[in-house]
Amino acid sequence: MNQARNAAIVGLYEWPKRVDPDVSAMEIKALSIHRALEDAGLKWSDVDGLYDANDGEGGGGLGLAPYLGLHPRVIDTTSVGGTSYEFQVAHALRDIAAGRVNVAVLSYGSKAASQRIPIGTGGPRGAGNWQANMENPYGSTLISNYAMVAMRHMHEYGTKSEQLAEIAVTTRAHAMRNPQAVQAMQDLQFMNIREITVADVMESRVIADPLHLLECCMVSDGGGALVLASPEIARGTKKKPVWVIGSGEAIQYKRNGGDITTSAAAQSGPRAFAEAGVAPSEIDIAMIYDSFTITVAVMLEDLGFCKKGEVGDFVTGQNLRWDRPGLTLNTDGGGLSSNHPGMRGLFLLLEATRQLRGESTSQVAGAKLAVAHGNGGMLGSTHAGGTVILAAD
Amino acid sequence: MPNRPQPMFPEHDTQAFWDAAKTSQLTYQVCKDCSTVVFSPRAHCTDCGSENLDRRVSKGAGTVYTYSVVRQNRVPAFAEMGAYAVAYVDLDEGFRMLTNIVGVGDPTKDVHIGQRVQVEFEAQDSGEYPIPVFRPV
Repeated sequence: MNQARNAAIVGLYEWPKRVDPDVSAMEIKALSIHRALEDAGLKWSDVDGLYDANDGEGGGGLGLAPYLGLHPRVIDTTSVGGTSYEFQVAHALRDIAAGRVNVAVLSYGSKAASQRIPIGTGGPRGAGNWQANMENPYGSTLISNYAMVAMRHMHEYGTKSEQLAEIAVTTRAHAMRNPQAVQAMQDLQFMNIREITVADVMESRVIADPLHLLECCMVSDGGGALVLASPEIARGTKKKPVWVIGSGEAIQYKRNGGDITTSAAAQSGPRAFAEAGVAPSEIDIAMIYDSFTITVAVMLEDLGFCKKGEVGDFVTGQNLRWDRPGLTLNTDGGGLSSNHPGMRGLFLLLEATRQLRGESTSQVAGAKLAVAHGNGGMLGSTHAGGTVILAAD
Repeated sequence: MPNRPQPMFPEHDTQAFWDAAKTSQLTYQVCKDCSTVVFSPRAHCTDCGSENLDRRVSKGAGTVYTYSVVRQNRVPAFAEMGAYAVAYVDLDEGFRMLTNIVGVGDPTKDVHIGQRVQVEFEAQDSGEYPIPVFRPV
């Protein structure tokens, strides 16, 4: 099927260090934007669309443009947690196709590791609002929120911890091929920086039943930037454009009688595939938000790579490694083993683009189609799902 | 006594729920126009948008829909509890709430999906609102 070519990713930059005391979150954003524009062969003054998730310190709608020194025509501050960037790509696609933006920039900067922010095991959030007042008394951590999804998935479908562990084993294998990910694990003082086994995962301590330590993402510093452009501009940039051919957005939340094992991806995925005119079976690369193993498991199902309840068998035997035929998962090492500064959605787009350019450290030969699916918020309660489908030139 | 984080006010949507908790009542809402059960509390029906909601008292009996046992929480009130079970409980009246399962010897072994549980109101060391938690029956 002939896919629309209305906007392309033309530049990218990923902040290389995962523990970086010598830079602020805002500096990570600005310098990443500059280097992503250099990657594209575009100028600072070419930027006329600014997309920002209110991250960094002093950023946001009123903060980032003055800090950068830009006067964008479109300012989009969509902020839906870790998948803000998939939503923003969807909006940039729309804005570029409408002729309102020629060069769109997304950026991210975080010092979560240096500031020792306890993302997964931290305290109450959003005191004194309608959700927090019903949740904070119970001490459900971010990790236990996701763990409750895993527990129900195991109950409904017989999924085993050993099967979920396969996801962590695959992403670690990819991380060991990515020098920045290896450096990250060293800087964050990981034990046993090597390829791991299912047994390693099962023997790591339980953080919140049934999730083990090695099923949980790291907390790192980091950031990066992404540049999108119109077809006219994309034809003249330094590297081959990677086309945004479909996108989908959705929100899911706790509902009376609802199914906790089905995520927002079940809504956003079909929207994105329909827009792109491709089927899940045609996808080469799946960059899926791996905050935890269960996150990937549920989303592989919801995006249609396997049937609901069958992900345990689907991931068993390391089928999603870069050197196996068929679908390949999280080739940068993911949040589990490369970087997770709190909102990982940008990195999904960066690595998907690198794969379609032929620049990954675990390059899949001839990769033509990639999916980036992000998750923001909490999988077991309120969360956002953003799906972006990318095509090589 | 436990010393959990208290709900914080002013917060209009949840005020009546927590006021009722002071008299050991677990309340939920039903839409007078379309009969949809609404929880957590708010001013409108989530199915039809109606502003005509009836506040009712639950019998407090339900079933564990899913759970996890928290082994690590850096918040002092929870760090002191040791391992504890968080759960979604489906009340018989048709609403689902986040809660804790208490009164079990070992939460890693004694809590199960499908388990029948009953609400109780746990007094707190400080703060005026008792917290509704559930115990296996």
